[in-house]
Amino acid sequence: MNEKKRGPVLTGAHYLDGDHACAEGAIAAGCRFMAGYPITPSTEVAERLAERFPKIGGTFIQMEDELGSIAAVLGAAWAGARAMTVTSGPGFSLMMENIGLGVMTETPCVVVNVQRGGPSTGLPTLTGQQDMMQARWGSHGDYEIIALSPSSPQECFDLTIACFNLSEKYRVPVMFMMDECVGHMTEKVVVPPADKIDAWPRRWYRGPRDKYLPYEPDKDGVPPMIRAGDDHRVHISGLTHDQRGYPIINAECQQLCVSRLADKIRDNADDLMMIREEQLRGADVVVVAYGISSRVATKAIADARKKGIKVGFLRLITVWPFPEKKIRDLAGKVGCLVMPEINLGQMYREMERAAAGRCRTMLVPHCGGWVHNPDDILKAIIEGSK
Amino acid sequence: MNPNQLVIGRGTADAHPMEDFLRMDRMPHIWCSTCGLGTCLTAFIAAARESAIPREDIVVVSGIGCTGRAAGYLKYDSFHTTHGRAIPFATGLKIANPRLKVCIISGDGDLVSIGGNHLIHAARRNMDLTVICVNNFNYAMTGGQAGPTTPQTAQATTTPYGAFERPFNIPFLVDSCGATYVARWTALHVRQLTISIKEALLHRGFSFIEVISPCPTVYGRRNRLGSGLDLMKFYHDHSITKNFASTRECDIRYQQDIIVGKFVQKEEPTYLDSMNEQMKKALGAKFVPYIGPMDPAKDV
Repeated sequence: MNEKKRGPVLTGAHYLDGDHACAEGAIAAGCRFMAGYPITPSTEVAERLAERFPKIGGTFIQMEDELGSIAAVLGAAWAGARAMTVTSGPGFSLMMENIGLGVMTETPCVVVNVQRGGPSTGLPTLTGQQDMMQARWGSHGDYEIIALSPSSPQECFDLTIACFNLSEKYRVPVMFMMDECVGHMTEKVVVPPADKIDAWPRRWYRGPRDKYLPYEPDKDGVPPMIRAGDDHRVHISGLTHDQRGYPIINAECQQLCVSRLADKIRDNADDLMMIREEQLRGADVVVVAYGISSRVATKAIADARKKGIKVGFLRLITVWPFPEKKIRDLAGKVGCLVMPEINLGQMYREMERAAAGRCRTMLVPHCGGWVHNPDDILKAIIEGSK
Repeated sequence: MNPNQLVIGRGTADAHPMEDFLRMDRMPHIWCSTCGLGTCLTAFIAAARESAIPREDIVVVSGIGCTGRAAGYLKYDSFHTTHGRAIPFATGLKIANPRLKVCIISGDGDLVSIGGNHLIHAARRNMDLTVICVNNFNYAMTGGQAGPTTPQTAQATTTPYGAFERPFNIPFLVDSCGATYVARWTALHVRQLTISIKEALLHRGFSFIEVISPCPTVYGRRNRLGSGLDLMKFYHDHSITKNFASTRECDIRYQQDIIVGKFVQKEEPTYLDSMNEQMKKALGAKFVPYIGPMDPAKDV
């Protein structure tokens, strides 16, 4: 491939696995900085960028650990780069500290987690969806986060771009919750021409230099950003801070600072929501699923429909913030919501909470290591339709 | 009111000669009277000005602790990061915008204990960063716990029967890992420290300066070492300047002589030099050097 002639974007139809598609999505989104540390099953993303970046003007650094990787990503973002890191469960745990710093300092960046089975070292080479709650609550303190979940290599490409866009629009680290199956699954991936890629700009501050306040929000609650090195003389701290960025250690400032961090996501939840609906009208049972589990569920749904059961399908792409309104609404109309996920019940708890007793809810759990047997999901659908 | 006077706390004082480089709207600072950090900051500002590096190119990064607050008082682009992670954060800043002169000002606990892995790898890479490590022999902000620099037999709150672990010889550590500029001074050596910081800022590669700094409130009081002035008197009587001494010989023992000086200064390829050279060699005309950060004027 001659990148100098064709440009950075890998336009065309390709046969790619999810990890490689994620790397290509990052390139298409304008990411030119990647810091990472090897970990199965995410390493292929780092390897692909290490190979591609020197040919397209990007830079990859293999850091000494995941603590350093995410710290370097935050630094790079403040230098003005579009930056990402990629990891799996054990590395995700190590990144939690500085994901919190990214939330507190409102630093746009993307953290990809190609999930494997846990806890601890768990199943390095086998799939899981067990970090879904960690993506939401893993760093200490109160905050809101954005997380997306892909179910195919094509979505690994498309949604990586979406992750960057949302991280820039809302100035928050965005978690891309892949899993080993999607990461290592190879399928057709169509990459559009570069001029058809919708990559959103950073929210640059364009006012007078001496009037800049790092945390003075726009109308949607998100403040504009500057680059280090442009003489704004900003101070950016992980401490609770006022609009100047200065640490203020009291309850009043905490209230202003932390509530805005949550509200900028909560108040814009509708704008962030990406879900796919199928035959929800008149359904007795709705399967709610995300990631690889949503693909396995399609077989169970088809089988249930053959048996005459009215089954709807709600596929979550945005997993955080959780689509509470949609679930609350559905719960008033259907008999049962069924959620298969490769854990012992994580997003299920959110679904149960949002349903608030207005319909039955059923979890189809799986400890990880492999995907569900569709028959187990089918059994739950049949049970739920009774 | 005299325009050269400003109100500080409850009283007034003449304008600070470096007030243009300090966030005066954050004064008074949180540091104790006779702490060495004020000296470190003034030495840094003086060195930065003398270096003639454009002010906007200088970025200061700190970790957590008493010294971690340095970034918050310096009127440069400055970042107060998480405990131990100042160096990797700075690494990201530097690689993403190589024009920047990125300086880390942080404490011994932050850089050498919790951030130790990042320190040795930045030295190994000869990452083009300047690190000023203010060593007060303990974790002062949390009340005086022992750390990896606490000399054996010294008192700390977590070593109530005296410290017994062997402490790091920090110049030896970073030297052995590949740092290309290494110096150690005390807070008494203002001129030498300023010169060293200036040299470090102008040095290409990983530069490291350890500053032995008095902590009269916590370490000094617990060990009955007297006031800040007494500690400075100790530095005066017990510092031995040995430029280019073997860093192996620079151990610090409790209340014994401290070897200070510029120990290492050499030119070697930086991380970015090595990377660009290898990419050119391997990729030839296909190599596209890093394009730099996004440009706000073009990113619309």
